[in-house]
Amino acid sequence: MAKDNSQTAVVVEDLHKSFGQLEVLKGVSLAAREGDVVSMIGASGSGKSTFLRCINFLELPTRGRISVTGEEIVLTPGKDGDLHPSDRRQVERIRTKLGMVFQSFNLWQHMTVLQNVIEAPVHVLGLSKAEAIERAEALLNKVGLYEKRDQYPSFLSGGQQQRAAIARALCMNPKVMLFDEPTSALDPELVGEVLKVIRDLAEEGRTMILVTHEMKFARDVSSHVIYLHKGIIEEQGPPKQVFGAPKSERCKQFVSSVH
Amino acid sequence: MILAAAPLSELLSFGDKGYGDEMFWGALRSVQIAFFAYAFGLCLGLAGAMGKLSGGRVLKAILEGYTTLVRAVPELVLILLLYYAGTDGLNSLIVALGFQRIEINGLVAAIFVLGFVQGAYHTEVLRAAIQAVPIGQSEAAKAYGMSPFLRFRRITLSAMLPNAIPGLANLWLNVTKDSALISVVGFTELALATRQAAGVSKQYLVLYLVAQAVYLCISFASGQFFNWMERHVRRGQPKLA
Repeated sequence: MAKDNSQTAVVVEDLHKSFGQLEVLKGVSLAAREGDVVSMIGASGSGKSTFLRCINFLELPTRGRISVTGEEIVLTPGKDGDLHPSDRRQVERIRTKLGMVFQSFNLWQHMTVLQNVIEAPVHVLGLSKAEAIERAEALLNKVGLYEKRDQYPSFLSGGQQQRAAIARALCMNPKVMLFDEPTSALDPELVGEVLKVIRDLAEEGRTMILVTHEMKFARDVSSHVIYLHKGIIEEQGPPKQVFGAPKSERCKQFVSSVH
Repeated sequence: MILAAAPLSELLSFGDKGYGDEMFWGALRSVQIAFFAYAFGLCLGLAGAMGKLSGGRVLKAILEGYTTLVRAVPELVLILLLYYAGTDGLNSLIVALGFQRIEINGLVAAIFVLGFVQGAYHTEVLRAAIQAVPIGQSEAAKAYGMSPFLRFRRITLSAMLPNAIPGLANLWLNVTKDSALISVVGFTELALATRQAAGVSKQYLVLYLVAQAVYLCISFASGQFFNWMERHVRRGQPKLA
């Protein structure tokens, strides 16, 4: 990965996750340093979204270790077989450093775009409302939604909603952005506007972990690509290698079939 | 003696001759009982819904028993049971603890009893409304570091209101009318005031029509309020074509 002297942002070691009898992740590791853009690709059901959701504990891992900006999350095994955070507050603090963008946007429907963006900065980070609004308006301007700031989410197009969701995540000043298939729920003609915003963020040097089906995009913006198959890393490396000269036959098939 | 042809204005006048004041105060009492019983029921319901959704096994079982039992027994029976047995039981307890018997305020007892019944229905309305909120709403709140309490207060509570308001409006209309049941324990609200006035004046039809009009006014005004509330909590949702 690029920039050898930089800090580690997210380190995941030997992550396992089972849903009942079904083992979705069978020991996946990842190390992202500051400024890295890591893309995770793979077929539906390969476990890439589950992996991403384990990083901020929206999904509880069954085994493994996770550190964010050098701080390891303390975990205790629960009766259900999953690892539970020992200290809820530690996880809540860690989550403020991870800006999550969901496939289905998940904007809060009872709040305007601006209210969505300032909600967590005000109530979690404790920013003053004026400060949060200033920050939010700059971000909405950046994603091209300044005019729409007083609209409710359901009156916006999918592409606009996802851009608003990205602004909401950015307003927390996160160390790492997590994108969970950010364009999968969008009409084809709206994908471009969202990818452009994400591309801009990559070019700014933001650390990002991205789960995506957009192969060309992953190839362009990533510093590291991970191909996941049935819960294990089948192939990983710089995009040139994974897309251009994959060692694994399965990866070769996958990248050629979706191109 | 009051003449059969006594004009309505005289019949409803305030003072010794008319029954306007009795019925007015009765109506006010009815609204008062309804309002406080509703508020009490809403609090019970909110706690009950949260308990049912995220409580332990014992708490869930207790709440299941509460909602099942209260909703199964006729309200009139429950009111009689809770009012007489409840006040009696409370007094026995007080005496057993070595204190003087106390006179339990009829209004407070009525509010408590109706509120307890309302709480069971509120629990179910709110539980369903909370469960109907898409999981992504609170998941997003989680992802940005909100604590469970903050999530509930800032996100879930507002997000469930569009689902809850119609049910909550129904419960309010119910409680305004259920306040009349309190008359069986001898508490003077609108229904009992009307019966007493009609019994003395023999003007049953007129006085009951007047009482009915008062109930209708309460319902109508409540309907307007809840319509406004629903429009407000649905402001973020597109209107159906």
